[in-house]
Amino acid sequence: MALPQLKADATTARLDGLSLPDGAAWATEARQAALARVTSAGLPHRRDEYWKYTDPASLVQPDAPKASLFHNDEGPLFANRDRVQIVFVDGVFSAEKSSDLAAEGLEIGLLADALATDIHWAKDLYGVLETNGQTPVERPLAALNTAFASAGAVIRVTGKATKPVNLIYLHENTTSDAMIHNVVKVEAGAEMTLLETGPAAARFSKCLEVDVAEGGTFHHVRAQGRDHERRAVTHCFARIAKEATFKSFTLTANGVLTRNECIIDIIGDDAVAHVAGACVGDGSDFHHDDTVFITHDAVNCESRQVFKKVLRNGATGVFQGKILVKEGAQKTDGYQISQSLLLDEDSQFLAKPELEIYADDVACSHGSTSGAIDEDALFYLRSRGVPHKQATDLLTLAFLAEALEEIEDEDLAEDLRARLDNWLARRG
Amino acid sequence: MTMNAIDQVQVKEGVDQDTVDAVTQLSGTYKHGWETEIEMEYAPKGVNPDIVRLISSKNNEPAWMTDWRLQAFARWEKLEEPTWAMVNYPDIDFQDIYYYARPKSMEEKPKSLDDVDPKLLETYKKLGIPLKEQAILAGVEGAEMPEEGRKVAVDAVFDSVSVGTTFQKELEKAGVIFCSISEAIEKHPELVKKYLGTVVPPSDNFYATLNSAVFSDGSFVYIPPNTRCPMELSTYFRINAENTGQFERTLIIADKGSYVSYLEGCTAPKRDTAQLHAAVVEIIVEEDAEVKYSTVQNWYPGDEDGNGGIYNFVTKRADCRGDRSKVMWTQVETGSAVTWKYPSCILRGDDSQGEFYSIAIANNHQQADTGTKMVHLGKNTKSRIVSKGISAGVAQNTYRGLVSMHPKAKDSRNYTQCDSLLIGDKCGAHTVPYIEVKNNSSRVEHEATTSKVDDDQLFYCRSRGMDEEEAVALVVNGFCKEVLQALPMEFAMEAQALVAISLEGSVG
Repeated sequence: MALPQLKADATTARLDGLSLPDGAAWATEARQAALARVTSAGLPHRRDEYWKYTDPASLVQPDAPKASLFHNDEGPLFANRDRVQIVFVDGVFSAEKSSDLAAEGLEIGLLADALATDIHWAKDLYGVLETNGQTPVERPLAALNTAFASAGAVIRVTGKATKPVNLIYLHENTTSDAMIHNVVKVEAGAEMTLLETGPAAARFSKCLEVDVAEGGTFHHVRAQGRDHERRAVTHCFARIAKEATFKSFTLTANGVLTRNECIIDIIGDDAVAHVAGACVGDGSDFHHDDTVFITHDAVNCESRQVFKKVLRNGATGVFQGKILVKEGAQKTDGYQISQSLLLDEDSQFLAKPELEIYADDVACSHGSTSGAIDEDALFYLRSRGVPHKQATDLLTLAFLAEALEEIEDEDLAEDLRARLDNWLARRG
Repeated sequence: MTMNAIDQVQVKEGVDQDTVDAVTQLSGTYKHGWETEIEMEYAPKGVNPDIVRLISSKNNEPAWMTDWRLQAFARWEKLEEPTWAMVNYPDIDFQDIYYYARPKSMEEKPKSLDDVDPKLLETYKKLGIPLKEQAILAGVEGAEMPEEGRKVAVDAVFDSVSVGTTFQKELEKAGVIFCSISEAIEKHPELVKKYLGTVVPPSDNFYATLNSAVFSDGSFVYIPPNTRCPMELSTYFRINAENTGQFERTLIIADKGSYVSYLEGCTAPKRDTAQLHAAVVEIIVEEDAEVKYSTVQNWYPGDEDGNGGIYNFVTKRADCRGDRSKVMWTQVETGSAVTWKYPSCILRGDDSQGEFYSIAIANNHQQADTGTKMVHLGKNTKSRIVSKGISAGVAQNTYRGLVSMHPKAKDSRNYTQCDSLLIGDKCGAHTVPYIEVKNNSSRVEHEATTSKVDDDQLFYCRSRGMDEEEAVALVVNGFCKEVLQALPMEFAMEAQALVAISLEGSVG
């Protein structure tokens, strides 16, 4: 079907200023195929079903809207951890700021190098998982990223990694428009923790493709935020094999527009996939969207989605989650919860928690709630002499706790809790 | 996810003997698949402005009504058929359908029920809907009459026309108007003009727009202020003619402080080709008024291989205009090859309430995409949604719903629970809720579960000597309890029986 004119025009306008980066033959082929996906689907528009609650216009327009920098005295996250640091400034790799990329159990390289190499393991993943994730719902912004991104990290996990890898995205230029594409291959029985931090750019498009082989474990902890005016669209495409584990947690504080999509394909029996998120938003221009799509295509697998949002001063939170259980994916245990705490009259929460189930021996449930702080709980705390602000903060943190509990590493969780405390203190 | 504790208790104590009896009494599959042989008169196939004018003239409508229809038709021509529902069916050729079919004997409107063609009376008698004015239990075959007698007024619609309405005189005494919509357009144009299309505007959606252009008949209800309707009102829809679409329109107006309970039933003969049914129901609920609308939808679902059946594309909406108004939708959806139906509540008045209780059962090749919309506009409005979807065979069952809390709907509440039960590994159950909360004093809760028939519960029933089908029917009835309890007594019985019928053959 031909694209509606508006959509075709917007797509052409966006593509006009871009050109495919150079690379090895296979990389060029993958990029051209991705470009074809963009032109056939067209870039998203508010009228698309999966953009009903989030206006993609500023993600699609040719130039990135300006985003001023926000300075506070918070130091970098996870600073006390021994970790491999890979730093990108406004989407460009900085060797100078990065640490040594060698680490036990890990083979770390840069995307640009991998895509310029004729024979590289990344060939089997780059754009491949993204392509798989295009059905049944098209994700043209991810394809755009595959076509044009030239920065990013490629990580092969060959054993139990002793230190986490921290991708640090610094934002220094107020009009930067960055695209980063990371590829992670966790081999059978291997294990790693990936950390992602930083506001990245004025407009940031990030794609992460993760393949977790049999018995492998992938932990992912991400913190987005700081600069209030930044915009980001991120995609995580994961493929989970037999007895593998995938756990991802995202904390979002600030940012005028954030759309995090997580698309997980569980293809091996007895695998586990957890996706969680906590978001604190302030101001009528704050808009945060979690879009999750988990497909169960194997027996006896477990998936969990836990998303909590605290919104105030007219902030908007969106949750679109789906559990798809394919025919034959028996003994599936699927759980999904999305909750929002609206701290004032003007904030809003829009949710579409979906189930699509084609197997009968499954237990799938989802819940979604929205409301203000529980007056009874507040009264209880007040009657025990806790000041109003402190009581509200306590209840807010308690509300977010269920999502933060999804982080296995208690030290990492503690760092993020400190961020939340700061956010609450700062916003008085 | 296993059944909740209450259901378990009921099953285990075996207290539900009535249900078991109702289930065992039933045999055979679709019971209403026979056809009435009667001479019919058709408008030419297809739809165009001339057909619209013809339908309008057959009903002796005034010019404003004809214009209203023509405007709707002009709009419909520009609309595209919606494709967002999770249903698949072959393209409908809208020009290959008869839009108007009436029994020849209805050419002259019968003056009273005594003048109605005996064949038609026989048809409804066979369906368990005697049109004689006597105390009856609507829709329950072989049910015993309570001693004091319970009156239900019936408007019977056969293909495109209303055959007759019972108890009109008695209702008149109470000031209640209950007649066919064609009669209402003739006799109460001021009411029809004031309310028609104000809840479901002619531009609302593809099928509602088509209905606005070509609706042939339907029921009209007006309950005057501070009146409790003295009996339950009921409409029974029967599609009989082949290749005919039924487009009925129902308009219910509950004026200030009034109350009415309205029942709707429907059946159709077995045919190899699919038939279209596109109805519109509009309900206006004024201050302090209450309307209960119950449906047992038992259109022909098609055969085991998915041939034939009714395509049921229905727009139902209630507008709670006045403060403290209340509407309650209860539906048992067992029939139809394809169901596309979202009875909605617009909670405009402060403190108004909307409730939606639904059981949708899909077996064989049936596809149901059904749910509700609760639009909270007024302060302190409340809504409750309980939806139970059951899939068997290769059927697909989708709950699709919207709960919207507008910024001004302070202190409002919604509770949604939608559970799905799967019987067999080839069917599907889906949930697509939309939740939009735009103020913080409102609370919205949504819960959904999907499970299969619990083995322990089945084993328990089997060990008490029930056969497998009986046991499944009992467990399913337990699962449906919450909804069945919301139905008026007569319907609850029939619905329980239907729950069993639709699942027969699904256990193998």
